[in-house]
Amino acid sequence: MITHPFTYQAPATIEEAVKQLGQSGDAKVIAGGHSLLPLMKLGLAQPETLVDLRRIASLREIRTEADGTIVIGALVTHRDLVHDKTVRAKLAALSDAASEVGDLQVRARGTIGGSLAHADSAADEPAPTLAYDATIRAIGPKGRRDIPARDFFKGTFETALAPNEILAEIRFSAPAGRTGGAYAKFAHPASGFAVTGVAAVVTLKADGTVERAAIAVSGAAAAAYRATAAEKALTSTKGDAKAIADTAAKAADGITALSDLAASAEYRKHLVTVYAKRAIERAIERARG
Amino acid sequence: MTVTANPKYIGTRVARKEDPRLITGEGTFTDDVMLQGMAYLTLVRSPHAHARIRRIDTAAAKKEPGVVAVLTGKDLEATGMLPVFITVPGMNGSKHMPIAIDKARYAGDAVAAVVADSRDAAKRAADLIAVDYEPLPVVVDGTKALEPGAPIVHEELGSNLVFTYPVKGGDIDKAFKDAEITVTQRIVNQRLIPNAMEPRAATAKFEAGELTLWTSTQIPHFVQLIVALNLGLGQNKVRVIAPEVGGGFGSKLQVYAEELLVGYLSKTLGRPVKWTEERREGYLATIHGRDLVENVEIAAKKDGTILGLRIRTVANVGAYLQAFAPGIPTILHAFIIPGPYKIPAFDVEVRGAYTNTTPVDAYRGAGRPEATFAMERIMDRLADEIGMDPAEVRRKNFIPPDAFPFNTISGITYDSGDYEPALDRALAMADYKGFEKRRAEAKARGNYRGIGISTYVEICGLAPSKANSALGVGWGGYESARIRVHATGSVQVFTGTSPHGQGHETSWAQIAADALGVSPNDIEVRHGDTFESPGMGVGTFGSRSLAVGGIAVHKAAEKVREKVVQIGAHLLEASPADVVVENGKVFVKGVPEKAKNFGDISMAAYLANNLPDGMEPGLEATVYYDPPNFTFPFGTHIAEVEIDGETGAVGIERYSACDDCGRQINPMIVEGQLHGGITQGIGQALYEGAVYDDNGQLLSGSMMEYHVPSAEDVPMFNLDHTVTLTNTNPLGVKGIGEAGTIGSTPAAVNAVIDALSPLGIKHIDMPLTSEKIWRAIRAAGEGRR
Amino acid sequence: MRDAHAVTVTVNGTSYSREIEPTLLLVEFLRETLALTGTHVGCDTSQCGACTVLVDGRATKSCTMLAVQADGAVVITVEGLAKNGELHPIQRAFAKEHGLQCGFCTPGLMITAVDFLERNASPSDAQIRHAIEGNLCRCTGYHNIVNAIRTASAEMRETASAQPQVAAEVKP
Repeated sequence: MITHPFTYQAPATIEEAVKQLGQSGDAKVIAGGHSLLPLMKLGLAQPETLVDLRRIASLREIRTEADGTIVIGALVTHRDLVHDKTVRAKLAALSDAASEVGDLQVRARGTIGGSLAHADSAADEPAPTLAYDATIRAIGPKGRRDIPARDFFKGTFETALAPNEILAEIRFSAPAGRTGGAYAKFAHPASGFAVTGVAAVVTLKADGTVERAAIAVSGAAAAAYRATAAEKALTSTKGDAKAIADTAAKAADGITALSDLAASAEYRKHLVTVYAKRAIERAIERARG
Repeated sequence: MTVTANPKYIGTRVARKEDPRLITGEGTFTDDVMLQGMAYLTLVRSPHAHARIRRIDTAAAKKEPGVVAVLTGKDLEATGMLPVFITVPGMNGSKHMPIAIDKARYAGDAVAAVVADSRDAAKRAADLIAVDYEPLPVVVDGTKALEPGAPIVHEELGSNLVFTYPVKGGDIDKAFKDAEITVTQRIVNQRLIPNAMEPRAATAKFEAGELTLWTSTQIPHFVQLIVALNLGLGQNKVRVIAPEVGGGFGSKLQVYAEELLVGYLSKTLGRPVKWTEERREGYLATIHGRDLVENVEIAAKKDGTILGLRIRTVANVGAYLQAFAPGIPTILHAFIIPGPYKIPAFDVEVRGAYTNTTPVDAYRGAGRPEATFAMERIMDRLADEIGMDPAEVRRKNFIPPDAFPFNTISGITYDSGDYEPALDRALAMADYKGFEKRRAEAKARGNYRGIGISTYVEICGLAPSKANSALGVGWGGYESARIRVHATGSVQVFTGTSPHGQGHETSWAQIAADALGVSPNDIEVRHGDTFESPGMGVGTFGSRSLAVGGIAVHKAAEKVREKVVQIGAHLLEASPADVVVENGKVFVKGVPEKAKNFGDISMAAYLANNLPDGMEPGLEATVYYDPPNFTFPFGTHIAEVEIDGETGAVGIERYSACDDCGRQINPMIVEGQLHGGITQGIGQALYEGAVYDDNGQLLSGSMMEYHVPSAEDVPMFNLDHTVTLTNTNPLGVKGIGEAGTIGSTPAAVNAVIDALSPLGIKHIDMPLTSEKIWRAIRAAGEGRR
Repeated sequence: MRDAHAVTVTVNGTSYSREIEPTLLLVEFLRETLALTGTHVGCDTSQCGACTVLVDGRATKSCTMLAVQADGAVVITVEGLAKNGELHPIQRAFAKEHGLQCGFCTPGLMITAVDFLERNASPSDAQIRHAIEGNLCRCTGYHNIVNAIRTASAEMRETASAQPQVAAEVKP
C-alpha cells in the first residue's frame, strides 16, 4: 500500500521526461520500479511526481555502435541482459551480475538503469559497470552528459546524476583481445542483495601475463568501488594461484566496510577477499578461453 | 475391526480434495472476503519496547477524511482481556488487554485503533495520532529479566518471574556422584518468527443480532467461545469461520486482539470491519516461538550409559502470557526431554520470564524441538567426550521394544516404540558407513564435511481431557465429528479440527470411506465454520488432528456403518453379522449379485417406513472422542553438510530420515508434512533468528533481514518409515505434523559440529550462520588458508 | 480522485478499462478493483512472491508495480491459467505431486514456474530451485514443488513443440 499521494506521468520521449522531471520540486524517475516502489511502500520515499520512462522505446535497446561500443539502454531489464548474446560474449561480468540480481521476478522487471541510478550499495550491477570502465550517459535540460562510471557512484543512494537528469544509457567500450570477466557474489541470505559482489575483468597478453586487471566490489562499502591496490597486484603477473591469492587479499584494502545482521565489517572484508579470488579465477579462465 | 485390518483407502495416496480450488485461485482466504460497506481497522503500535502512555491525542486523526472512529485502550476496555488457556502451579498471569492502556510493554504493543472507509485512510489517520510516551528501562533477555533490579514488565506482579516448573524423577545426586563422566552444555533455542505465508486477517459482520467473524485461525471454536464471552453475546450468536487458512505453525493458535476488536467494532459501528496484517506488523504483533536458554548436564558411564540428566531452563515468554504459552516450555518440553532413552534420574526446572519483547507461544513443535535439541546435542557431546560413535551411544540407551508401554522418568507413559529399526534404516539411507570417505574428499576441496544424527520421540494427540486437567490445561482435549448421510446417499463429514494445509478433507474422507464402503470422492469434509460443526471443536495444533479428530471421524463413521448394516440386514432379510458393506453396495456375504446400493439404504433410513423395530429414522452420527493417552511418534533424522572452508557457508548435501507415526492414512500427505517440518527445523538450525537490540527494537523486522528458507537453501529429502501401531486408538495412528521440525534441527546442528570437530569445536549456538562458523573456524586457528 | 488515470488492462483475456489513482498497486487493482483474489499478498517488502502474476508474459511481483504502469499490458493471474476448462500442466502437476499444502503461495509459484518453463523446457533441479528463490513457501519444504515443476516441464515438452532454449538464469 502506498499512502502518500503523487502524480504520475508517462511521457513518450526522453526530452519530455526531462521537462516533466524539472517541473516538480520532488519528482522521481521510475522504470521497473524495483528500487523505488519498495521505498515508497515503506514511506521512505514520498515523491510528489513520478515520471515513468516505460513509453520511451529507444531506452530498451542493446546495440553495438560502429566503433564496437556496446550501448545498453536504461530500460533494459536484468533478464534481457542475461539473455543478450553480445553482453554474454563481451561483458560476461555484467551478464553474471545480472543473473544474480534479486530473483526471477525482480530480473524480469528491474532495469539496469534503475539499479545504477538508485545506487544501493548492495546492488550487483554497479560492480561490473565500474570494472568495465563504462560511461553513463545522462540527459538533462541542457542535453546529454557523459559520466565515467568511476565518477558516478558517490555513496549509498548517491550518484553524480543531477535531480533533473535522466540516466539514458550505459556505454561499454568493447573489451580488447583476450579479455575475460566474471562476477562472484555472496548473497544476503534473506534479501538476496550482495553482502559482497566482486566483478573482475582481466585482459591477458599473448604470453599469458596480465595486461590489465579491473576489480570492482559491490555490497562491502557505502558505494561500489574499484580495488586499485588489488588491480595493481595482479597486473603483469602470470595470473597463477599465488598471484590471485595475493591480489584478492588486497581487494578490501582501505575500505570502511558495512556491518549488519548478515555480516559484520570484519567478515565482509574477509568475504571480499574470498569472492575477489573466485571472480578473478573465473575471469582469467574465461580470458584464456 | 475388519475396516482397519484391510482398508481400501487408508494408507493410499489419494489425491487431495482441497487442491482443485487452491490451484485455480478459487479458495477464499480471510482477506478475500469483501463485504458491502466494509470499514478497515488499523492499529497504532508502540515504537517503544517499554513506555508509559502519558497522553494520546487523536484530534488530528479524527479529522482525516474517511475516518469512522479513533479509539484508545480506555475506549475499548469492553472487549475484555485476551485469554490464557493453561495455568501452571504458582503462575503469575499478566493482564493483557487488546489495546494497552497504561503502558506499552513491547515494540508493537497496540496503543490505539483507527477505523476508516479505506485502508489508506486508516493508515494516514494512524500516522496522525500523537502518543506522548515516557520511555522506561527495557529488558529483552529472559535470564537478565530474572536478575534483581531488572525493569519490571508488570509492576503489579512484583517481578518478571512467571512460574517455576520442576519435573523430577530418580536420585539425581546419586547419578552425578556415580558418574564416570559428566558433560555440561549451555543450549540456546533462539527466538523464531513463524512466518505463515498468509498474514493474519480478521473480518467481522454484525447483522440481525448475529456476529459473523472470518479469521485466519487454527482454533475457530475457541475464538467463538472467547468472543461470545468477552462481548457478552450468546455463543449461538457468534459464528466464526476459518476459511482457507494460509499456514499457522502455532502462530494462529491464539485468540488475538484483532479478532476481538473487529467483532466489537462491527457490532458498535454497525458495519463490517476488516483487519489485515502487514508482514512487518506481523513480525511485531504475531507471536514468536522458542526463546529458551538451558543449562544441560548429563551424568554417564564411560561406556555411554546415561545415569542422569539435570537441566535448568529460562523461557522468555515475552511481554504477556499468550493462550498456550505457559504449557510450551513446561508440559510440552520438560516431560519429553528423555526422548527414546532410558534415563534413571532426571531433574528439570523451568523458569518463565516476562520481557519487553513480542509474546512467545507455540511454534511448530512447541516445546518438543527444544527438548529434543537439548537431549540430542548433549548426546553428541557425550559421544564426543567418551570417543564413541554417536549412533552407538544412542542405541545403547534406547528403551527396548519389549518395554512398552513404558513409564518415563519424567512421569509419562509411552504407548509403543521400536527405535532401532528406524535408526538402522536411516543409517543405511545416509550411507553412514561410507561417510568418512566423503569427509576426506571434502577436506581435499578445502571444505569441512560432517554428519549428524538425531533420534527423537515426540508427544502428540493432545490430549486426554483428564491429563489436560491434571496438567493445568483449562479445556478438554477431545475432538468432535459428525457424519451425515443424506437420503440420496451423499456423505458429509463435519469435523472440529481446523486444517490449514494439512489436508484433512482428504484424510478424513479416506477414513470415512473405508468405514462406509464408499469412495472418498463421494464424501465431502467440511470444517472451520462453528455453525456447521458438530458443536465444539478443539482445533488443529500439536499434531493432534489425526490421533484425536481423525479417530472421532472414524468412530462416527463406524456408528453410521453399524446402522447401514442394521438397515441392510433388515431389507435383505439377513443377519447383520453376514452383511458386507463395500464399493457402495450392501449385500449378504457371498451374494453380491443381490446387493442394495448404499443410496437405497440411506433412502430407507429417511423414508422410515421399513426400518427395524425401534430404530430411529435418519442416518447420521456425532462423536466426541476423548483419547485415553497421548501418542508418541519417533524416528531418526540424519543430515550431512559441507562447510565452505573459506566462508563458513553450510550446504546440506544429503538428508535422510526414517520416521514412525504409526499407521499412515495418506503417505503423500505424511511426506509433505515431513518435508515442510524438516525445512523449518533446518531454518532454525542454520538460518532463522529474531534479533533484538538492547532497547527492545526488533532488528530482524522483515523478510529482508529474517531468513525464511527458500528453495535454494534446502535439498531433496530422502524419506522412509517404519510402522509401529499404537494401542491408544483404533486406527493405530500417532501424528506427523511436527516430527520433521523436531528431528531436523539437532540433526543439522550435529552435522555442522561434527564437520568442525577435527578443529576441536564443540558447540556453536544457532542459527549456524556463515559468519558464526567462519569465526569459530578462525578462532580454532585454521581460518585463513 | 486526486489524480485519476484511465487505464485499460487485459486480464485473463478480458479487457478492463478503469479510472484509478496512481498510488494503486497492480495487486490491489487485481484483488480489490477486479475482485480477482487468487493473487495473494504475503509481505510488504517484495520478498515472498505470493503476488506474482504474468505481465506481458513475464513473472512479476504485482505488489511492486503500479497499476497505472500496467496500462495496455496483458496480465495473466492464477484464475487465467486454465484454458477452456482445461487446467494448465503446472496446475495439474502441483496437484499430482502434492506441491501445495495451505495453497497461499501456490498461485505465485505456479505463475513463476510458467514463465520459467516457457524459457527453459528441460530444467535441472538446481535451475528450478534458482527460478523459484523469489517465492517463499512455509509448508512444503519445496521438495514437492520442485517435483511438480519438473513433472510439468515433461508434460509441456510432450504437448508443445519444445521452445528453443534461451540461456537459463542459473548461477555460473
